[in-house]
Amino acid sequence: MAATFSTLAYLVAAVLFILALRGLSHPTTSRRGNLFGMVGMGIAILATLLRPGMGGGGVGLIILALAIGGGVGAYIASRIQMTALPQLVAAFHSLVGMSAVFVAAAAFYAPESFGIGHAGAIHGGSLVEMSLGLAIGAITFSGSVIAFAKLQALMSGAPIIFKGQHWLNLGLGVLLLALIIGFVASGSAALFWLIAILAFALGFLLIIPIGGADMPVVVSMLNSYSGWAAAGIGFTLGNLLLIVTGALVGASGAILSYIMCKGMNRSIINVLLGGFGTDSGGAAAAGAGTADRAPVKAGSPEDAAYIMKNAQKIIVVPGYGMAVAQAQQVLREMGDLLKKEGATVEYAIHPVAGRMPGHMNVLLAEANVPYEDVKELEEINPEFAEADVAYVIGANDVTNPAAKTDKSSAIYGMPILDVEKAKTVFFVKRGMSSGYAGVDNELFFRPNTMMLFGDAKKVTQEIVQALQK
Amino acid sequence: MNPTELANQASATAQRALELAQQARMMAEAHVAPVAAAADPFLFLLTIFLLACFVGYYVVWNVTPALHSPLMGVTNAISSVIVVGAILATGLGESLAAQVFGFFAAMLAAVNIFGGFIVTRRMLAMFQTKKKG
Repeated sequence: MAATFSTLAYLVAAVLFILALRGLSHPTTSRRGNLFGMVGMGIAILATLLRPGMGGGGVGLIILALAIGGGVGAYIASRIQMTALPQLVAAFHSLVGMSAVFVAAAAFYAPESFGIGHAGAIHGGSLVEMSLGLAIGAITFSGSVIAFAKLQALMSGAPIIFKGQHWLNLGLGVLLLALIIGFVASGSAALFWLIAILAFALGFLLIIPIGGADMPVVVSMLNSYSGWAAAGIGFTLGNLLLIVTGALVGASGAILSYIMCKGMNRSIINVLLGGFGTDSGGAAAAGAGTADRAPVKAGSPEDAAYIMKNAQKIIVVPGYGMAVAQAQQVLREMGDLLKKEGATVEYAIHPVAGRMPGHMNVLLAEANVPYEDVKELEEINPEFAEADVAYVIGANDVTNPAAKTDKSSAIYGMPILDVEKAKTVFFVKRGMSSGYAGVDNELFFRPNTMMLFGDAKKVTQEIVQALQK
Repeated sequence: MNPTELANQASATAQRALELAQQARMMAEAHVAPVAAAADPFLFLLTIFLLACFVGYYVVWNVTPALHSPLMGVTNAISSVIVVGAILATGLGESLAAQVFGFFAAMLAAVNIFGGFIVTRRMLAMFQTKKKG
C-alpha cells in the first residue's frame, strides 16, 4: 500500500513536470508552468520522505542537506545577473552530474535500500544501468565545469587543441566501455571508481577544444546529458519519476542542441570535434581579398542619431557584444526615444546570438523591451528590405552575407539576418576585428554601411543623448 | 493539424500509456514470482522511458524560442529530481558510505532545485511585467 502511494505520487509529479514544460509554449502560461514544476518537485520529495523505513536520524540528515543546498541555491539564483545566466546554468548542470555520481555510489554501497541486490552481489542489469548513470553523470560534471570556466572567463574561450586529441578521446571512450564491461562482470569497487575517474577526464577533454561562441550548443548538450544521467540512475533504482524526468530533460537538451547547430549550419559532430574559428587559412584568404575593397565608412553617434530620427522603420540586431557591454538598458531607451519620433522599432534575434539558447530574449526582457517587438530570424528577415535602419550591436558573423554567396567561407550556408537589405546599416563595433568564425565581414565595406567604433554601451548612450537634444 | 494539437494529443496519449504501464507494473509485481520480477520491470521501465522521450520531443518543439533560456532553467531544476535517490540512500541508512554519498547528493541537488526554479521565476517575471506596458 505504501509503495503504491509513493508510486502514484511520482506519477503525479511526472505529469506536473510535463505540464511545466508545456507552459513554456507562451509567456502568459509560463509562470503557471514553473509553479507546476515546483509543486511536482515538492510532491516527489514529500512522497519519498513518507516511504516506510525512513529513520528519524536519516530524515534529519536529509532536511539538513536540503536546507544547506536550498539556501545556497536560492541565494545564488536570486542575486545572479542576467548576463551571467549561461555560466550559472553550466554550473547547475555540473551539480546534477555530480549528484548522479554520488547517488550511483550510494546505490553501489547500499543496494538493499533500492532493492537491487546485496552489497557485493548486485544484479547484473542494475550494474549496467548504474555504470551508465555514473559515467554520464561524471562526464556531465567535468564537462560543465569546463563550460563554466570558459563562460566565466576563468579560462580562455579559445579552443584548446593538440595533436592526436580525437584519437585520445576515442581511445579513452573505448577504455571506458571496457571498464564498464569489466565492472558489470565483477562488481568490483575499484572498477567503479576507475569508471568515475575516466569519465571525469573524458568530460574535461571533450569540452576543452570547443570555442566560446559554440557554447550555446555545449550548454544545450550538457543539459541533455544531465537528463540522460538522471534517467540512467532512474533505471538503476527502478524509479519511474527519475526515468520520465530524465527522458524529458534529455529530449529537451537534444532538441536545443539541434536548433543551435541548425542556426550555424553545422553538424553536431563538427561542433563537438571543436577547433572552429582557428583555421588561419580561411582568415588569411579573406584578408587578402580586402585589399582592393573600398575603405570603410566610419560615423559618429550624432550622425547615426540624425539618420535614425528621420527613419520610419528601425531593426535592432543584438549579439553577444551587447551582453558583454551590458548595453540592453540603454538600447531600450534608444528604442523608446525613436518610437516617440514615430518610428517602429523591432529586434531581430538570431538563434545562436549570445552564449545560450534564448540568451538575448532574456536580456531584452530584463530591459523591459516588449515581447511583441522581439522577432525570430524567419519572421524578421523579409522585413529588412523595408527597413530604413538596421542597428547591429555586438553581432557580426550572423549578419555576414558571405554565408549566402561565398562557398569557400567557413560560415557558408549558415542562416543569417539580411541586414544588408536595409537602407542604412549601423555597425557598433570596437574595432575592425573579424568575428568568432575568423571570417571578414564584407558588410563593413558596403556603401550603405556606417561603422560606429566604440564600446556598445557608450556609443548607444551617445546616440540617446543626441536624440534627446 | 497544428503542432499544438499534435503535442497535446501526444502528451495525453503518453500520459495514458504511463498510467497503463504503471498498472501493468503493479500487476506484475503482485503476480510474478520474485525471481522473474528482476527481468520484467526493466521492460516496463524501458517502455515508460521511450514514451517519455516522445512526450518530451513534442512538448519541447512547442516551446517558443523566446523562452529557450527559461526552458533550460526548468529542465535543470527538474533533472534534480535525482534527489529522490539521494533521500532514499540517506533515509534508509543501510550503510554509512551510502548515507554520506546520499547526504552530499541531496545537498547538490537541492542547490539546483531551488536555484533552477528561482532563476526561472525571475526570467519569466521579466517576460511578464512588460506585457502590461
